[in-house]
Amino acid sequence: MMNLAIEVSKTSTPESVLFWILGPACVLAALGMVLAKKAVHSAILLASVMIILAIFYIAQDALFLGIVQVVVYTGAVMMLFLFILMLVGVDTSDSLTETIPFLRPIAILSALGFGGLLITLIGRATLGHPMVGLTEVNIEGNVPALSQLLFSKYVWAFEVVSALLVTAALGAMVLAHNHRLVARPTQRDLSIARFRTGSLATAAGLPNPGVYALHNAVDVPALLPDGTPSDASISAMLVARGDVLESLPFQLPAKGGDE
Amino acid sequence: MNAANYLYVSALLFSIGAIGVVVRRNAIVVFMCIELMLNASNLAFVTFARINGNLDGQVIAFFTMVVAACEVVVGLAIIVTIYRSRRSASVDDASLLKR
Repeated sequence: MMNLAIEVSKTSTPESVLFWILGPACVLAALGMVLAKKAVHSAILLASVMIILAIFYIAQDALFLGIVQVVVYTGAVMMLFLFILMLVGVDTSDSLTETIPFLRPIAILSALGFGGLLITLIGRATLGHPMVGLTEVNIEGNVPALSQLLFSKYVWAFEVVSALLVTAALGAMVLAHNHRLVARPTQRDLSIARFRTGSLATAAGLPNPGVYALHNAVDVPALLPDGTPSDASISAMLVARGDVLESLPFQLPAKGGDE
Repeated sequence: MNAANYLYVSALLFSIGAIGVVVRRNAIVVFMCIELMLNASNLAFVTFARINGNLDGQVIAFFTMVVAACEVVVGLAIIVTIYRSRRSASVDDASLLKR
């Protein structure tokens, strides 16, 4: 009886069903997040991991934390991540070359070792008492019980954290503020620079993307006078993402000489 | 099922996040992996709060969330600043001090 591992008491059947469905999904989503090549896919998978964790919190009588998890993490933090992704550029995919030799196998090996250590530790740990559960503590509800702790025992930490939040907001504003060293180039400056540096062929601006009877969007190149598609008429970003269509299906069939 | 299974999930998530931090090169994805590790530790806190029958673990998890939110704000601002001067979000490109 004394050597109680943490396997202390059984949870209810619905909770175990929930766990055995969502637990593997959570781990798989986390793995996918690390393995996904595109940062946007990683972000979506991380958001799903966070939602599953919120459900776990609610299942474990942490109602307030579950809702805060959804609001703060999947709401604010992931929104911020996606926003910065859009700002920095969606096409910035990872280079898969290893800059440090054998970094990847060493990293995976050490993480496996660390995880194995943690898991065996959890498996062998003893608490000395059965699982208590939170029904007694939460008898007035989770939020009042939490707030009583927060504003009595942890009130100093709470105040410090509020100072930290203000500091972080200020710091982010200072960091993101753009100091211009020279004046912003006006349209006139840009036009002069185009004539001075570039060739005269592009001085009047690059050609517009193609306008066809069946398609009028930025992803199809325009046709040059000789009938070939013009690479200069589409954004390099779209080319990098592979989102460019061929102009051929939208062209009129050749008339077959002058009539 | 016993409640310790949540701890196993937490350990797995933490290790996966650690792999990601070391292996990935995109600074934003590295950041996401750090968030995953923080979330894993939060799950452990909540589970231990339940096992021990007091709410201190939940309060700590709450503080972790606040600190993580601060960290994301400042970290992403740093990434944007680096991107502005380097035109790259890869952690390998920010090695100016080495050369």
